Amino acid sequence: MTPQHPPASLYRTTEGLGLWEHRGKVAAVGVGHSPTARRWDGRPETCVGAWSILALRRAIADAGVSPDQIDGLVLDPVTTTGAYWPEGHPVPMDVVNAFKSTNDPLDGIAKLSAEWILQNMPELTNIQFVMYGARCMSHAVVVAAQAVGSGLTHTCLVLKSWHNFDGRYYQGGANAQDALDGTSAISRLWGTPASYGTALQFAEYCRKYGKTHAMMAPFITNSRRNGLMFPEGYWAQHRPEHLTTEDYLAARWIAKPANLFDNDIPIMVSAAYLFTTPERAKDMRHKPVYILNHASNRATPRSLTPTLEEIEAETAKTGRKLYEGAGITAAALSFENMYDGFTLFHQFHLEGLGYRGMKRGEALDFYQTDISITGPNPVSPSGGNIGSGRSRFWMHTDCIQQLQGRAGARQVTGVKPEIAVSGGPMPLGGNFTVWSATPG
Amino acid sequence: MAKQGVIPDALTQPFWDAANAGRLVVQHCNACNRLQHPPAPTCQRCGSKDHLAWKEMSGRGTIYNYGVVYDCPVRLLQQDQPFNVAVIMLDEDPGIQMFSHLPGTPVDQVPVGARVKVIFEATANGQKVPEWQVVG
Repeated sequence: MTPQHPPASLYRTTEGLGLWEHRGKVAAVGVGHSPTARRWDGRPETCVGAWSILALRRAIADAGVSPDQIDGLVLDPVTTTGAYWPEGHPVPMDVVNAFKSTNDPLDGIAKLSAEWILQNMPELTNIQFVMYGARCMSHAVVVAAQAVGSGLTHTCLVLKSWHNFDGRYYQGGANAQDALDGTSAISRLWGTPASYGTALQFAEYCRKYGKTHAMMAPFITNSRRNGLMFPEGYWAQHRPEHLTTEDYLAARWIAKPANLFDNDIPIMVSAAYLFTTPERAKDMRHKPVYILNHASNRATPRSLTPTLEEIEAETAKTGRKLYEGAGITAAALSFENMYDGFTLFHQFHLEGLGYRGMKRGEALDFYQTDISITGPNPVSPSGGNIGSGRSRFWMHTDCIQQLQGRAGARQVTGVKPEIAVSGGPMPLGGNFTVWSATPG
Repeated sequence: MAKQGVIPDALTQPFWDAANAGRLVVQHCNACNRLQHPPAPTCQRCGSKDHLAWKEMSGRGTIYNYGVVYDCPVRLLQQDQPFNVAVIMLDEDPGIQMFSHLPGTPVDQVPVGARVKVIFEATANGQKVPEWQVVG
C-alpha cells in the first residue's frame, strides 16, 4: 500500500473554524514504548525498525485489540536525531537480513517506511489506510486524529521512532565540509548550533521583561524530577540522576544563553499509540482519552530568525485556535505538556496558552512557584525531552496516561486530571492536541 | 575567523557577486515593494517570481540581538570558540536580518542597539561575505 502524504486541508491552521467537527469522536486507547538507548549498538534486535515493531505490538497489547482489527497506520519515515549513516560505511547485512527488507537496505536502520513495517508485522492483515506524519509525533497525532474522525480509518496505529548513531550531534555533513552552497551559506556560515535561534529569542525575552537565565532553574529541575518518574524514559532507565539548580547554573554554554541542560539529549526510542472511535473504545482494555481538538501553525519568520514579536503572535494564535476548536478556555486545563526541546521556548507556549491566567513576561516568575505534579499548577508533568531524552512524544504519552489515571509515580495529585494540552515542536511551526478524560 | 567557503548557486549568485565587488544587495519584490532575505525563488508575500530584483543597500544597520557560540557544529570554526553571532537589522528595513561575527567586538560584550557598518571578508575559498563592525 502506497502511503499518502497529508493534504493541507487536514490541518486546522487558522482561527475562526469553530468547534472541531470530530470533537470527542476520536479516542486514544493504547500506548507502547520501546526501551531507550543513547546510540544504536549495531544489533538487529535494537535497530530502529525492531524497536518500532516492539512499540507497535506493545500499543496493540495495551489497548487489548487483535491486530486484525487495526485498519490504519500513521508514521514518520524520517527517524534521524541528526545522525546519518556514514557515507561509504558498509551496510550491516546481518541486520538487513534479519528482516524482510525493502529496496533500500537502510530502511529499518536509518529510516522507516510504512512498507518495511507492514512487511515485518504480518499480523497487520487489515491495513486499509497509511499516511505519513513527518518530523514528530505531534504531527502524526494530528494526522491520525483527523483520519479517524473523518472515517478514513477506524482503529489506527500512530508511530514515531528515532535512531541515533555514533558521532557528535550535527557535526557531519555540510558542517564538516570546506564550502557551502550559496543558499545555505546565507544563514549557515556563522556556525550556529541548533539552539542558537531559541537562545536569541530568550535573550530578547529577558531584556524585554527583565528576567534572567537563572530563573529557568526550577523548570529544569522539575522536568528532570518528573522525567525520573517516567520509567519509559532515557534518564530513568540509564542515568537516574537528579539535576540541581547548581548543576544547571554551572553547566557549560552551548549557545549562550542556552546551556547544556537547555538542550535535550538525542536518543534512540520508539513510541506507538492506538487511536479509535469512542464506540470501539468501549471494548478495549483501558479508559479512552478523547481528543477535543487539534491545531497547527505553519508560520515562517520574515527574515533569518524569528523575532520575539513573531513568536508571541504565533503562540497566542495557537492558544486561541486550540481553545476555539475544543470549546474550552484556558481555565479548563488541568495541566500542560507543551514542547520543551529547547527549554528556553517552553515559556512562549505557556504564555500563548495563557496557562493559569499567565500574561506575557510572567512565565519565569510562575516557575518560581509550585509547578510540581503535587501542586495546583503542574508544568510539564511528563518532564518532556529534558526529563526523558529527545523523543518529542513524552508529552503526548503523559497526557494520555495522566487522563487515564495510570501515570504511576508521575500522576498529578494537585489537580483532577480532566483536560490537557500537548504539542510542538517549534513556536512558529508545530501541531498541537487537546486531550480530555471525557468526550466533552 | 575562517568561515567555510561559498559556492554560489543560481538563486544567490547576484548576492555573492555583489559581495565580491564590495556591495551589499538584498532581493526586492518590485510588485509589492518589499525586501526579503534570505533570497527565495518567489516573493514570500505576493508570490511573484517575475518581479524580483536585487537592490543595493546602504550597508548600515543596528545590532538587534546576539548569542555567544561555545559549541559550534562547523569544523572550520571550532578553533575560534567562543565567538559572537549577532543579528543585524538593516537601516532600509529593520525586518531584514543578517548574521555577523562582529569582528573587533570582544566575546559577550555586544552592544545591542549599537550602529554597525558592513565590511566584506574573504571565506575559505576566497568568496567574500558581508560582515559587520560596530561604528564609533
